[in-house]
Amino acid sequence: MIPAPFDYVRPTTLDEAIRLLAANGDEAKLLAGGHSLLPLVKLRLANPKILIDLSRISGLSGIRQEGDQIIIGALTTHYEIESSELLKQACPLLPETARMIGDVQVRNRGTIGGSLAHADPAADLPAAILALGAELRLTGSDDERWIKGEDFFLDLMTTVLKPTEIITEIRVPVLSGRFGTAYLKMPQKASGFAIVGVAVWIKVEDKACTAIGVGVTGLGAKPFRAKEVEKKLWGKRIDHTFIDADASHVDHGIDPLDDIHASAPFRAHLARVYTHRAIQEAVKRAGVSMPSR
Amino acid sequence: MKRTINLTINEEAFEAEAEPRLLLSYFLRERAGLTGTHIGCVIGECGACTVLLDGRLVKSCLLFAVQADGRKVLTIEGLAKNGALHPIQEAFVQQYGLQCGYCTPGMVLASYSLLRDNLNPTEEEIRKALGGNLCMCTGYVQIVESVKAAAKKLQQS
Ligand SMILES: Cc1cc2nc3c(=O)[nH]c(=O)nc-3n(C[C@H](O)[C@H](O)[C@H](O)COP(=O)(O)OP(=O)(O)OC[C@H]3O[C@@H](n4cnc5c(N)ncnc54)[C@H](O)[C@@H]3O)c2cc1C
Ligand code: FES
Ligand code: FES
Repeated sequence: MIPAPFDYVRPTTLDEAIRLLAANGDEAKLLAGGHSLLPLVKLRLANPKILIDLSRISGLSGIRQEGDQIIIGALTTHYEIESSELLKQACPLLPETARMIGDVQVRNRGTIGGSLAHADPAADLPAAILALGAELRLTGSDDERWIKGEDFFLDLMTTVLKPTEIITEIRVPVLSGRFGTAYLKMPQKASGFAIVGVAVWIKVEDKACTAIGVGVTGLGAKPFRAKEVEKKLWGKRIDHTFIDADASHVDHGIDPLDDIHASAPFRAHLARVYTHRAIQEAVKRAGVSMPSR
Repeated sequence: MKRTINLTINEEAFEAEAEPRLLLSYFLRERAGLTGTHIGCVIGECGACTVLLDGRLVKSCLLFAVQADGRKVLTIEGLAKNGALHPIQEAFVQQYGLQCGYCTPGMVLASYSLLRDNLNPTEEEIRKALGGNLCMCTGYVQIVESVKAAAKKLQQS
C-alpha cells in the first residue's frame, strides 16, 4: 500500500501544467481528485515518476452557463455537480447521476474530468455524458479540440486522450421544452460502482418522442450510446406500446463484461431491464402518463 | 525527495517534512501524533481514516499529505473543547453508538459533517451520510440512534 517514490509538482496555471506534461511524457501522470489514481499507485499498478497536481489551477473548476450550453470545469467535483442549482434546473441528469457515485467522501474529492479520463467501465458519469451528447474540451501544448463523448471512449480504461492532453471542460446542453431525464443503476454493494447503469434524456412534443439519448455504463468494456434503442424510439408516439420490446435491443453488438459481481448473461438482462425502467421513468418525469406493461 | 508540508490541524499551524508518497492518514498519526485518525483498509472503503479537509469530509488514506499543504484539517481530536466532549461525542457515548471504537472517529466526523448542514436529518439521510463508513461491531442501529440524539442536542444548544 506504499507507492513507489515519485516527484510531485503543483502548477498554478494551465499553461504550466501542459508544459510539465509535454516535458515529462509517459513518466508523468495528472492528479485530480486522486480517487482512481491513488488506489492504482498504492498497488503499484501505475508507477509514475512525476505527479502533476491540477488542484491549485484556478479556472479549471466551476459550472457556468453560456447561451444554451453549460460549461463544467474538469476539476469540478461530484459534490459540486450534485449540489449545483444551475444544473438541477437546466440539466438535472448530471446532479442525479453524481449523487449516486460512491459515498460522501468520494463525491467530495472525485472530479468529472478524472472520472472521464480514467474511463472505468463501471463509472457513472459517462452514462449521463453520452445520453446528453456532451462534448469534452481537450487541451494540448499546441492544439485544442472538442470531442463528442461517444467518440472519446475507445475501450476498457482507454480513451482518445493523448499523453500530452488535459481535459479542461465538459459542455452539456441546457435542456428545454418538455423533457424528462433519469439515471438508474444496480450498484455493486461494496464500492457503489455500477454493475449496470442507464441514463436517459427524452424530449416530448404532442405526446411523441422528438429526441432521446440513452447512455449505458457497466455492461461492456466501455460506456456507449444505445443507438439502436434511440433510433427505434425517435419520433414514436408515446402510448402504452411506446417502449414495447425496444429496450431489449440495448445489448446488441455488445460483448458484456463477466466477473464475480455479475455474469455476462445476467449483465445483459440487467441492461435490458434498467433501460426499460429508465426510459419509463424519464417519460413519467416529462409529465406523460404511460401505463406500464 | 522530502518536502516541507505546512498545514493547519485543528486550528493550529503544523509543519513537517515528508516524502510526497506519504498518505495524509500516516502523516496525521506519525508526524502529528494524532492517532485518533484510524487506519483500516487503506483502500478507501471503510472510512476509519475520515477527516475534514477545508470543511469537507474526506478519507485521509486517499490523499497524499502534500495535497493538504496549505489547507485546513479537522481530526477527531479537534472536536472536544477544553476537555468537554462535543455533543455528538456525548450522544455516541449515551446511545451506545460504539463497541470497539475503531470506526468511531470516522462515524463521529461524518455525523459532524451531516449535522453542520442539516440539523434535522431523516433516518434515510443519516444512513446516506454515513454510507462511506463501515462498522464491524454495532450493526449501525445504535449509531443511527446516536446521530438522532446528537441532532436533538444540537437543536437545543
Ligand atoms: C471507495 C470508492 C468508491 C467509488 N465509487 C464510485 C462509483 O460508485 N461510481 C463512480 O463513477 N466512481 C466511483 N469511484 C471513482 C471516483 O468517482 C473517482 O474520483 C473518479 O473516477 C476519478 O476522478 P478523480 O478526480 O479522483 O481522478 P484521479 O484519480 O485524480 O485521476 C484518474 C485518472 O485520470 C487522469 N486525469 C485526471 N484528471 C484529468 C484531466 N483533467 N485531464 C486528463 N486526465 C486527467 C489521471 O491522470 C488519472 O490517470 C469510487 C472511488 C472510490 C475510491
Ligand atoms: S483506511 Fe481509509 S477508508 Fe479505510
Ligand atoms: S464499533 Fe467496532 S468497528 Fe464500529
